Amino acid sequence: MSILILCDHENGQLSPVTLNAISAASQIGGEMHLLVAGDQTGNVAKAAASIASIAKVLVADDKSLENGLAENLAPLMQSLSGGYSHMMAAATTTGKNVMPRLAALLDVMQISDIIKIDDANTFQRPIYAGNALSTVSSNEAIKVITVRGTAFEAAAAEGGNAAIETVAGASDAGLSAYVKSELSSSERPELTSASIVISGGRGMQDGANFAMLEKIADKLGAAVGASRAAVDAGFVPNDYQVGQTGKVVAPDLYVAVGISGAIQHLAGMKDSKVIVAINKDDEAPIFQVADYGLVADLFDAVPALEKELG
Amino acid sequence: MKVLVPVKRVIDYNVKVRVKADQSGVELANVKMAMNPFDEIAVEQALRLREASTAEEVIAVSIGPAQNQETIRTALAMGADRGIHIEAPHDIEPLAVAKLLKAVVAQENPGIVLVGKQAIDDDCNQTGQMLAALLGWAQGTFASALEIAGDKAKVIREVDGGLEHIEINMPAIVTVDLRLNEPRYASLPNIMKAKKKPLDSLTAGDLGVDIAPRLTIVKVEEPTARAAGIKVGDVQELVSKLKNEAKVI
Repeated sequence: MSILILCDHENGQLSPVTLNAISAASQIGGEMHLLVAGDQTGNVAKAAASIASIAKVLVADDKSLENGLAENLAPLMQSLSGGYSHMMAAATTTGKNVMPRLAALLDVMQISDIIKIDDANTFQRPIYAGNALSTVSSNEAIKVITVRGTAFEAAAAEGGNAAIETVAGASDAGLSAYVKSELSSSERPELTSASIVISGGRGMQDGANFAMLEKIADKLGAAVGASRAAVDAGFVPNDYQVGQTGKVVAPDLYVAVGISGAIQHLAGMKDSKVIVAINKDDEAPIFQVADYGLVADLFDAVPALEKELG
Repeated sequence: MKVLVPVKRVIDYNVKVRVKADQSGVELANVKMAMNPFDEIAVEQALRLREASTAEEVIAVSIGPAQNQETIRTALAMGADRGIHIEAPHDIEPLAVAKLLKAVVAQENPGIVLVGKQAIDDDCNQTGQMLAALLGWAQGTFASALEIAGDKAKVIREVDGGLEHIEINMPAIVTVDLRLNEPRYASLPNIMKAKKKPLDSLTAGDLGVDIAPRLTIVKVEEPTARAAGIKVGDVQELVSKLKNEAKVI
């Protein structure tokens, strides 16, 4: 049994969520290889090789892989699939884009967004926005799997010295081209890996009011998130969205401000260790999952909170 | 150009699902069903392409039991031109769905397939990408904007870091995200009209596709409920609890 894990990376840096996917793979057992696909990936490959549990790093360096286009990456992964019992990736937008394409090329059924591993063939995953948990088993020759990062601890990033092997076979399928990105830049921690998240909802009324949350975030070293309603209303960009179809977070502390708590939002944050809700409607469903609820007008409570934090 | 829009019948997004006592799945009997919300967005986008004269015909296809015809009628009431129903079990897997859709594509030759990025029941997020692989077509996933010009489509994708612009060859699969558009409601006259629109019925056997499940459901269970929390009186009390009781700040 051996496992190939797709390395998530961005701007020449290995994405931390890869370490969570590796830790999930390590529960299955067997040798773990990490695939670094991209263009000019030297730094990422070096970081990948120093991950303690990785036996081998496969590097596919090709212009056609620069932006992770699924039409180019999936056939490459298919060509590497021989000998692997499992092919895994974190359930990021990269993993979600490429892995189903790979699974169909291999004629196997993918198992999406796993949160628990029972054995090498049996996995638990949330369905219905996490309102039910489904345990499924697979007899497919290769198990193609995406991993929910927040459900697994990060593997040790240091201490390894894996062999780096160059793999060929990358080519441009000629179906798609990357044009450009509009990425949100922020000095704050990344939403899915932050230990504290403060999110605003429709109750924020305006994008400018998110500045109040940002001030608190800066005091606590927190990331700022949002509900779908706040994103749909244009208060903040799409990458702030926490929920069933946005990002899933599980920080030590999640502060929901002016968020009513639709099940689709709860799906993205209810595994947080401590949940605080600030909402003026004492009937809001968010209070049913909150450890600490404060019924108050957020325009009074949030400035007071900032002051209290000193 | 024809547009093919697969539509899935799922438990309505407002319904709180209940897990069956025998842990074999969730309760579907006497539960309100509706079109998967992402697929509504796909139907809306298809209609807009037709209204912009980019497309001539919008075909809604649904795979599942007889009741899925209601979901097709919903798409027809929104404005789709005709429907195709493929009889199959309710819990058919995405890979089998993709294979059936590939067979439909071979019959209909659409210029684009617009599909929801995920279904809100199994939350798999697979079908569009799998169909693209089986057809050897380009995929524009998680689309929040779509612009078709000749044999290319410009897609803006919602990705973890923000937005990504790509250009893909047509024909293509585009999986739609929440902010692509706001789906229209079906008017009463259109609901009446939809009853007369053509709706073909097929079986997986007609299309020569093996739809046997590849995964076995071992059990479906409720998640552990969170312990009830407390209400605090003011911000001072909140901060004190977070510092001294929860010890998270």
